[in-house]
Amino acid sequence: MEVTLNWYLMLSAFLFVIGVLGVLFRRNVIVILMSVELMLNAVNLTLVALSQHMGDPTGQILVFFVISVAAAEAAVGLAIIIAIFRNTLTVDVTKFNLFKY
Amino acid sequence: MAAQILFFLLATVAIAAGLGMLLSKSPVTCALWLILNLFSIAGLYLTLNAEFIAVVQILVYAGAIMVLFLFVIMLLNLDSLPEVKNIEWKRIVGFTLGMGVLALLCFVVASSLDILPFKISAGRAAEVGSATSLGEVLFTQYAMPLEVIGILLLAATIGAVMLAKRKPV
Repeated sequence: MEVTLNWYLMLSAFLFVIGVLGVLFRRNVIVILMSVELMLNAVNLTLVALSQHMGDPTGQILVFFVISVAAAEAAVGLAIIIAIFRNTLTVDVTKFNLFKY
Repeated sequence: MAAQILFFLLATVAIAAGLGMLLSKSPVTCALWLILNLFSIAGLYLTLNAEFIAVVQILVYAGAIMVLFLFVIMLLNLDSLPEVKNIEWKRIVGFTLGMGVLALLCFVVASSLDILPFKISAGRAAEVGSATSLGEVLFTQYAMPLEVIGILLLAATIGAVMLAKRKPV
């Protein structure tokens, strides 16, 4: 009876790992933010699958909150990128090295 | 059986879109692949009978957050505007057919190994995912986090405006 849940959890793990690879290997900071959104979506899929498996709506409530927090984080993150772009004129993450010792 | 092939189709499109986002050169293409990924995840929510979350995902995530991403990419002028002179139908049809064939192959392999995904008991699952049951829990047991989320969104709005504002010289 666990087979259905395993397929969804495996798919969610794949998507999460693809998001992690995007954060580690891409140099464009906007694509890094998009990979973070992909990771959040993978976690949402896990929560909804477990919520339906256990018949408890709490998981979907948490998904609701995760989506709203992701929206707030995307807005603030993009505002920061715009502010940085005004000074450095680049979105290459290897060029953000003002804190480098 | 149709529900199971649908799961495999949505899963292969989701993974393919994730890989497309990972490997694309231009940020606009990455955003478009991510939008396809979000739509296929919304389809997966529908196969799990979570219809409220599926619609919220399409409205908020694919409809608002990704549009915000595309606005910022265009605003920073990182890409030349993509030209839509001629839609390459061959590529779109090829991608669709390829994903369909891959989904069918995965379904055949899973059915031969006898590990098909089958629906969880539909009666109980359908009432859990509806807006009624979510609303009952959200407004009684989780009323305080709901108000806190409202304050968080207000703080994020004010913060975004303050951060991106042009300082008066």
